[in-house]
Amino acid sequence: MSSRRPTRIVGRPFTRVDGAAKVTGQTKFADDLALPRMLHCKLLRAKVAHARILAIDVSKALAAPGVVAVATGRDLPVPFGILPVSQDEHALCPDRVRYVGDPVAAIAATSEDAAFDALDLVRVEYEPLPPVGTIEEGLAPAAVPIHDHGDQGNIHKLVAMQFGDVDEGFARADRVYDNTYFYEGNTHLALEQHASVADFGPDGKLTLWSSTQTPHYVHRALAKVLGMPASRIRVIATPNGGGFGGKSDVFNHEIVVAHLSRVTGRPVKICLTREEVFYCHRGRHPTLMRVRTGVKKDGAITALHFQTALDGGGYGSYGVASTYYTGALQTVTYRVPTYRFEGARVFTNKPPCGPKRGHGTPQPRFALEAELDRIACDLGLDPAAIRREHLQPANSLTANYLRVGSMGLGACIDKVVAASGWKKRRGKLPFGRGLGIACSSYLTGAGLPIYWNQMPQSGVQLKVDRGGGVTVFCGSTEIGQGSDTILAAIVAEILGIDPLDIRLVTGDTDLTPVDLGSYSSRVTLMTGNAAIQAAERARELIAGAVAKKLELPPERIGFAEGRVFDVENPEKGMTFPEAAVAGESLHGTLGTVGHYRPPPSAGRYRGAGVGPSPAYSYSAAVVEVEVDPETGIYAVPKIWIAHDVGKCINAALVMGQVEGSVYMGLGEAMMEEMAYRTDANRNVVHKFPSVLEYKSPTTLEMPEVETFLVEDPDPNGPYGAKEVGQGPLLPIPPAVANAVYDAVGVRVDEVPVTPEKVRRALKAKAQGKPARVGPERFPAVPYPEPIHVRTPEEGGDGKAEDAPVTAAGGVR
Amino acid sequence: MMRLPRFRYFAPTSVKEALRIRAGEGESAAFVAGGTDLYPNMKRRQQTPKTVIGLSRIPSLARLRAGADGLRIGSAVPLSEIENHRKARRLFPALVHAVSEISTPPLRNMGTLGGNVLLDTRCNYYDQNYEWRQAIDFCMKKDGTVCWVAPGSPKCLAVQSADSVPILIALRARAVLASPGGEREIPLEELYANDGIRYLTKRPDELLTEIRIPPPDGWTASYRKLRRRGAFDFPVLAVGAAVRREGDRVAESRILLGAVASAPVRASRAEAVLAGRPLDGASIREASEAAAVVSRPMDNTDFSFLWRKEMTGQWVGMALGDLSRGG
Repeated sequence: MSSRRPTRIVGRPFTRVDGAAKVTGQTKFADDLALPRMLHCKLLRAKVAHARILAIDVSKALAAPGVVAVATGRDLPVPFGILPVSQDEHALCPDRVRYVGDPVAAIAATSEDAAFDALDLVRVEYEPLPPVGTIEEGLAPAAVPIHDHGDQGNIHKLVAMQFGDVDEGFARADRVYDNTYFYEGNTHLALEQHASVADFGPDGKLTLWSSTQTPHYVHRALAKVLGMPASRIRVIATPNGGGFGGKSDVFNHEIVVAHLSRVTGRPVKICLTREEVFYCHRGRHPTLMRVRTGVKKDGAITALHFQTALDGGGYGSYGVASTYYTGALQTVTYRVPTYRFEGARVFTNKPPCGPKRGHGTPQPRFALEAELDRIACDLGLDPAAIRREHLQPANSLTANYLRVGSMGLGACIDKVVAASGWKKRRGKLPFGRGLGIACSSYLTGAGLPIYWNQMPQSGVQLKVDRGGGVTVFCGSTEIGQGSDTILAAIVAEILGIDPLDIRLVTGDTDLTPVDLGSYSSRVTLMTGNAAIQAAERARELIAGAVAKKLELPPERIGFAEGRVFDVENPEKGMTFPEAAVAGESLHGTLGTVGHYRPPPSAGRYRGAGVGPSPAYSYSAAVVEVEVDPETGIYAVPKIWIAHDVGKCINAALVMGQVEGSVYMGLGEAMMEEMAYRTDANRNVVHKFPSVLEYKSPTTLEMPEVETFLVEDPDPNGPYGAKEVGQGPLLPIPPAVANAVYDAVGVRVDEVPVTPEKVRRALKAKAQGKPARVGPERFPAVPYPEPIHVRTPEEGGDGKAEDAPVTAAGGVR
Repeated sequence: MMRLPRFRYFAPTSVKEALRIRAGEGESAAFVAGGTDLYPNMKRRQQTPKTVIGLSRIPSLARLRAGADGLRIGSAVPLSEIENHRKARRLFPALVHAVSEISTPPLRNMGTLGGNVLLDTRCNYYDQNYEWRQAIDFCMKKDGTVCWVAPGSPKCLAVQSADSVPILIALRARAVLASPGGEREIPLEELYANDGIRYLTKRPDELLTEIRIPPPDGWTASYRKLRRRGAFDFPVLAVGAAVRREGDRVAESRILLGAVASAPVRASRAEAVLAGRPLDGASIREASEAAAVVSRPMDNTDFSFLWRKEMTGQWVGMALGDLSRGG
């Protein structure tokens, strides 16, 4: 969906609409809010990883100075969860705690100090249960499973699907490879800690301000848990100081402060400590993977068999979707004619994992790209060429029924290969220096909402007043990615006005039509298309009125630089405010709406709901490393990355997102670990929930990055735009591992690629052992018999042959 | 956010007054200079002094002087002042380098040399907030009985992690301690004990007032630090090395390892290896191997302890390599 007119704003690197407030410290984040008579809330969190709650005594806490109210799980018995299939969380644990950090009681007091001091006065009696600390332990039979839902024991979800005749694919292969990989968990580390303020007013209505990426889903959960009509609840998403997926769930503390405000009649605020943010988590799932690949001698894949086992932590969160995502997008980059995917997610007694930038796909992407590097080296092929020569074609349907539209990966590879001097330097640098390449793809918005409905995924309302003021209302949520700026730019482009003149009302469930939230890289495409529709409708109304006044056909009316005029005689016309008056005089009050629904997905099998998207972005990256073989320490002096964004709406924001993704990917590749220890008491604790000891690179660790933007407009994107917020993270970890191999000839089949592992692999190599560090084996997982789906090439229709069709491929 | 516990704060203007307040308040009082170590620890309830005695208004502690007797650095001199001190940079570049690797620029503006020299020992089981430590039943350094690093250990294994200490000892620095009974000056290395809890020999009623470094007199020095990030991180292995050569041969050397025990570790055997030999590939290699023997890091910092142990020789070799190239 796009306008055919030449653009004045779209495509240029213009200033963010919220930039001035951000750089002068005037943006009001949730923790900046203060209301009269406001109380402060603290949560008492479990100190044991897995236990039954036998008794809670809050009487002493309630009597403590400054304490106004105390809540426990009994007060909020209704469960919630972000996915309809995993309603397994409670605002406060009613009878069981599932990880160190699970909240069991909440205190509202007149000061934060008073609330903190009272925490120690709450007595909780636990009956300890055996904790589950690892994927392997989660797969073992469980005497007391962590949850009573799930597929079996502590296995939350099992998935198995096969597309095409995989056995025949392997039989046709010249070589078959079989390797195991591991991707450690890591967390978002947004600078802003989660904060919420609730105000239950005397009118019986509740307002919640919260640092959330998904106000609409929070709205629904509040109505459910509090037992209130949604019409009496208003959720306002405050600007997020970074989200990255870590604020996409509904969180305990959001519900707790709402409840405490209701019982006290006073506003209640909470701002989590950094430790508590580590406990909220919802970050990258630690994932074990086994990859079997059948290839021809020229590197063409004949069959791919991918197995994953995810460590889910204590609750469902987005985990069912995450599990499917570890198998969904392997097919959209290179041609995979037959494909089998088996995935499993286990519950463990750790903070729940969920969606972090790339949601479920960086792990399999790491494995696939490391695997391809191995295959290329083994077959004596150039790792760049093996990718370039076997691309999934544009405008095609993959074996698992994902519809690929525009596809700029070839151009991306060409850019980074040329810029890095790949052909002259790869494999030819002195020992210790090396280059690695990897590619990736990501969704531009998930095809389905997280709860099944037929309504639009994004809506925009637009108001033009007689002063020429334009106000845009949209549920989209500014998390720093620039969604407000994109919305303003698109409307300004169409109405010929300055983006900074537009008033934006976003992320407010009372005032704005629903947008599902800032996740799955959906906002630019979905709100963008909705905004185009609303703005074009307003333009049509105004153009009609102006045409009538100027006695011209409406096609002759142009909008630019705050004027509405005759395109053949630009002097003839009027200012935009005058045009607005003409419009309102003719049509009455000027207001328009727009909405967006993604196209239906092609797959009709169970599980087909995860993976489809209106468009896929593509990235290719080359990483250079310098490895000291004596220590294993390596430096990354330079990264070249090319990203197929379809079309830039704002080139500055696009570059920022690419480089930010590279930065985050490099942190995952080199050092970040959401690590736990099981202590001598069999308690499972986070190893170091602090920003000092959870190692993440700073700007000083950031290498030089040369970014190339490939613009291959996609017919489904606004002006052809595709996503950029997540995809460019994905190639970085495998490119680092592949570069280390090029430099010193050892494989680190694990993320992060730490100096210790590089050194260990080099020592193994020196001793004549396999020159690799990585998981030795893939655990035995009781995957079910897969569903069988014939591929489009085999004449399939997208339905499973031996399983019933579910409504629109919904996830069960 | 994490909150500070309540405490009384005094701001004396002389050492004498500070000592008097300390004597009056007793064990529940703590001195504070820049506060970059103490205040975060208080927020985590690792230390909960009822009284905090600020040293920032005592002029004598903020004095930094270079003279014929070397460098005298008041304990409350900010680290960034040392970094920018012209004479310090000229006379003791290795010290200035070590100081510039402490934490971050804003914290070096607040943090002081005295604070770094007396830095609390660190450990992944100890540098955690109150709730986390509650979850592991606390540890022997604070509120508990067991050292979780090695549950059989009779003593706490928290790690000496101050960047300035190995290099200051290598530079033969001395510490001046004032108490109501008077003043004493000791070699800096005598300030430390290899016990994560009682890691200082300083009596609680004593106040560190000054660090004195003798003139170089032919000594050259180097500091090398292992850490995850170049931007900021505590050392998980540190080497302070100094040599005095006569002709091309090593007459004396001092090699100190940091962050591998609860106290700085002197690599005496490595020093003996170098005695009377030129600083060349062979002597450096032998000395590095000898130094590695006394490095016994434990699993309570960043990075695997086996790798840190393995890296010790490398790091000593790098520091000595710096010196062989002229320091």
